[in-house]
Amino acid sequence: MSEQLQSDFDKIVKTSKLSNEEIQFKKNFLNNFKKRGFPNRKQEDWKFLDISQIIKKNISDLSFFNDYSQSNKIDPSIFVDGLEHNKIIFINGRIEKIDFNFEDQNKIEIIDETKKDIPFDYENSLIDLNGAFTDKVFKILIKKNYFLKKPLIIYHSTDNKIKSTNINLRLDFELGENSCLKLIDYFSNNTAKNFINIFYNFNLEKNSILKNYKIDKFRNNNLKYSFNNIEQNNNSVSETFILSAGSDYIKNEINCNLNGEYSSAFINGIFSLKENQQHEIRTTINHLVENTKSYQLIKSVLGKNSKSAYQGRIFVNSKAQKTDGYQLSKAILLDETSEFNAKPELEIYADDVKCSHGSSSGSLNEDSIFYLMSRGLNYQQSKELLINGFLLDVIEKITDSEIRNLIKNIIGVKE
Amino acid sequence: MDTREKDIENLKDYKYGFTTDIENIKAPKGLNEDVIKFISNIKKEPKWMLDFRLKAYERLKLLKEPNWQKPKYPKIDYQDLYYYSAPKSMSEKPKSLDELDPKLLETYKKLGIPLQEQARLNGIAVDAVFDSVSVATTFKGELTKHGIIFCSMSEAIQKHPDLVKKYLGTVIPVTDHFFATLNSAVFTDGSFVYIPEGVKCPMELSTYFRINASETGQFERTLIIADKGSYVSYLEGCTAPMRDENQLHAANVELIALDDAEIKYSTVQNWYPGDENGKGGIYNFVTKRGLCKGKNSKISWTQVETGSAITWKYPSCILKGDNSIGEFYSIAITNNHQKADTGTKMIHLGKNTKSKIISKGISAGFSDMTYRGLVDINSKAKNSSNYTQCDSLLMGNKCGAHTVPYIKNKNYDSNIAHEATTSKISEEQLHYCQQRGLNPEEAVGLIVNGFCKEVLQQLPMEFAVEAQKLVGISLEGSVG
Repeated sequence: MSEQLQSDFDKIVKTSKLSNEEIQFKKNFLNNFKKRGFPNRKQEDWKFLDISQIIKKNISDLSFFNDYSQSNKIDPSIFVDGLEHNKIIFINGRIEKIDFNFEDQNKIEIIDETKKDIPFDYENSLIDLNGAFTDKVFKILIKKNYFLKKPLIIYHSTDNKIKSTNINLRLDFELGENSCLKLIDYFSNNTAKNFINIFYNFNLEKNSILKNYKIDKFRNNNLKYSFNNIEQNNNSVSETFILSAGSDYIKNEINCNLNGEYSSAFINGIFSLKENQQHEIRTTINHLVENTKSYQLIKSVLGKNSKSAYQGRIFVNSKAQKTDGYQLSKAILLDETSEFNAKPELEIYADDVKCSHGSSSGSLNEDSIFYLMSRGLNYQQSKELLINGFLLDVIEKITDSEIRNLIKNIIGVKE
Repeated sequence: MDTREKDIENLKDYKYGFTTDIENIKAPKGLNEDVIKFISNIKKEPKWMLDFRLKAYERLKLLKEPNWQKPKYPKIDYQDLYYYSAPKSMSEKPKSLDELDPKLLETYKKLGIPLQEQARLNGIAVDAVFDSVSVATTFKGELTKHGIIFCSMSEAIQKHPDLVKKYLGTVIPVTDHFFATLNSAVFTDGSFVYIPEGVKCPMELSTYFRINASETGQFERTLIIADKGSYVSYLEGCTAPMRDENQLHAANVELIALDDAEIKYSTVQNWYPGDENGKGGIYNFVTKRGLCKGKNSKISWTQVETGSAITWKYPSCILKGDNSIGEFYSIAITNNHQKADTGTKMIHLGKNTKSKIISKGISAGFSDMTYRGLVDINSKAKNSSNYTQCDSLLMGNKCGAHTVPYIKNKNYDSNIAHEATTSKISEEQLHYCQQRGLNPEEAVGLIVNGFCKEVLQQLPMEFAVEAQKLVGISLEGSVG
């Protein structure tokens, strides 16, 4: 593996137009990654999803080189219908297009940040891997007082032109004071057995609003890792929604630092898993100052041989009085072979706080099924109706009505 | 001064902090094969017991001290400890209480356990463990009538080797984690209980642990076997003198419940917690594990943890028999610089197994408290259920309260529900109580007792009163 890493890295250096300084940066990342290797279950954070094993078993021919000087063809059939939007198109590891056609061009700035170091401490080797092999790093800056008129959709797509089995994407977003961004991540992968590694860094200035919706619906057998780091200033709001259904293996990780007073973070997630899928959501919310709020709701519907895991951590600093933190995770196990793991964690150093968590898991309630069947539905219909209602609860939490309807259509839940 | 205030006056400083000046026999300092042989030899143990110890010691050499826990502590030098210390007068075991060294009797009297009177009045059978050895067991006659065996571990090894051989190490194997294995190698004494088939133990059984000597670790081992259809309620209490140094207490407790049997195990732990600057105190690293081996068996743990500089323990239930039940009720209170990392494990293996966890944590001063728990429902444990509730109360912003539950559900027929809250005593509640004429301290005492009530109710009467007082005293000075 280590030889493959080095030779692929050398090839990238040869074919790309990176400056020497940029190459030096990437080299540091590569060396860090080599030292740490892929995370495995011995690390507490990776207890439920051993990425090192998964790669060994599924992607034995891991390779990292794509020729980023060649552009890829954009297939318009992947685009979302019925919603006007701005686009970033990411194909086979290369950002093909950044298009803010609906917006005031003076209010949005796109900055090349390939040379920028990661602005926080981390112990995550996948961020190093990302740093070493990601093509270009852009920062999207939304200027003060600007509300984007239309949502931005980032298309994550792969096609048969892909050469490597690992691709990486890193984007930085800065939301100026009093600005608003709605961001949808939309995955459509047409290749198999790839490892897709995504890292976003958000910086929310005062009074700004971020809404991030991650939609992974179409079944494929890739492995995905996505890490969001969110820094929040006074009175800012972040809302994250995760639909975790498509790939065989997915881990979504969110680290949110509530640095400013009256800032709040909302995370809602759905696992809808079928055969042999194994997904995880891990969240860390750091309440660092007074009067901050966080709310998390995660629901799982688990089919045959599937496994979902939720690791949620709420940290409350001793300064962070008047914190309000809440976590709830619920799971329905549909089959004997399904499995649900949870580790909802509270770490609290301030006394004037309201923090609670709840977790429940079990099968569908037989009484409810009986009730519906006595009203004339058959067994299958009753089951579907109950699951529908169970998931609708999370979707109702989406604050943007246009996007809520879109997601409802994509998942296929009815009101 | 009313009685409550008097109690508090009396107990404000750690009341059990005295030392008993008594001559001791000690094993040479340090941990090696010779010390283990010394312990085994002085207790005149059979060869299989020595082999058991040596096997554990071999294993221990390969193990590393765990360090994933929240409260960190300075490294313990295991070669700088005495592993065996016994009052000299015990080298020839006295045959009855009358022959016991009067100084020992005096000690237990000071602790509120007058062994001689107890034998006549109280109706609780006590086994008193002083440093490394069991010094007295009361009420033997009455218990023998029912066929109940209640004696020290050393005596059991001599007199009931078959039972000990059959069950010792079956719940906590010698190959377990570091502290459990250390205990298997060097354990000195403890209590042994066997309740025969169909017998309901007519009285509470109780052990009182006391660490007296300095630079000594206490490693006791308790084994309780409840045969088919039997019932036993067992109590445990602990104290230690005030010392500047930290002392290690690494006990193993094994419970085995066969078909239709029930074991109720209650602990009031009040080891010396260190002074208000966090100097001294006991490291309480205990392994407690119960096995519901038979059908319809039940094991219930109740603990009130107010002492120790560091408490690090997880009384667990392995629910192997079908329809078996595991329960865990806990109050943990930390004040000043105390640290606790405690909780439980419920491992569901049999069908229709049920477990319930109620944990109440209170932290004050500069202390740190963690609830860490595991609920694991195996794929074969059909129709099982678990209910967990852990609540934490914080007093002041210098302390911490943490909750780390692990929840694993591998069975679609089973239900797990988990709830946790963290908060402080609300101003409204305090105001209401004060309006009714209570002073702030009384108000807090009342509210805290209400907060703990669910757990206190589970304790046997005699202990509940003591525990309730302890709760009040442990929080003394944390208000305002």
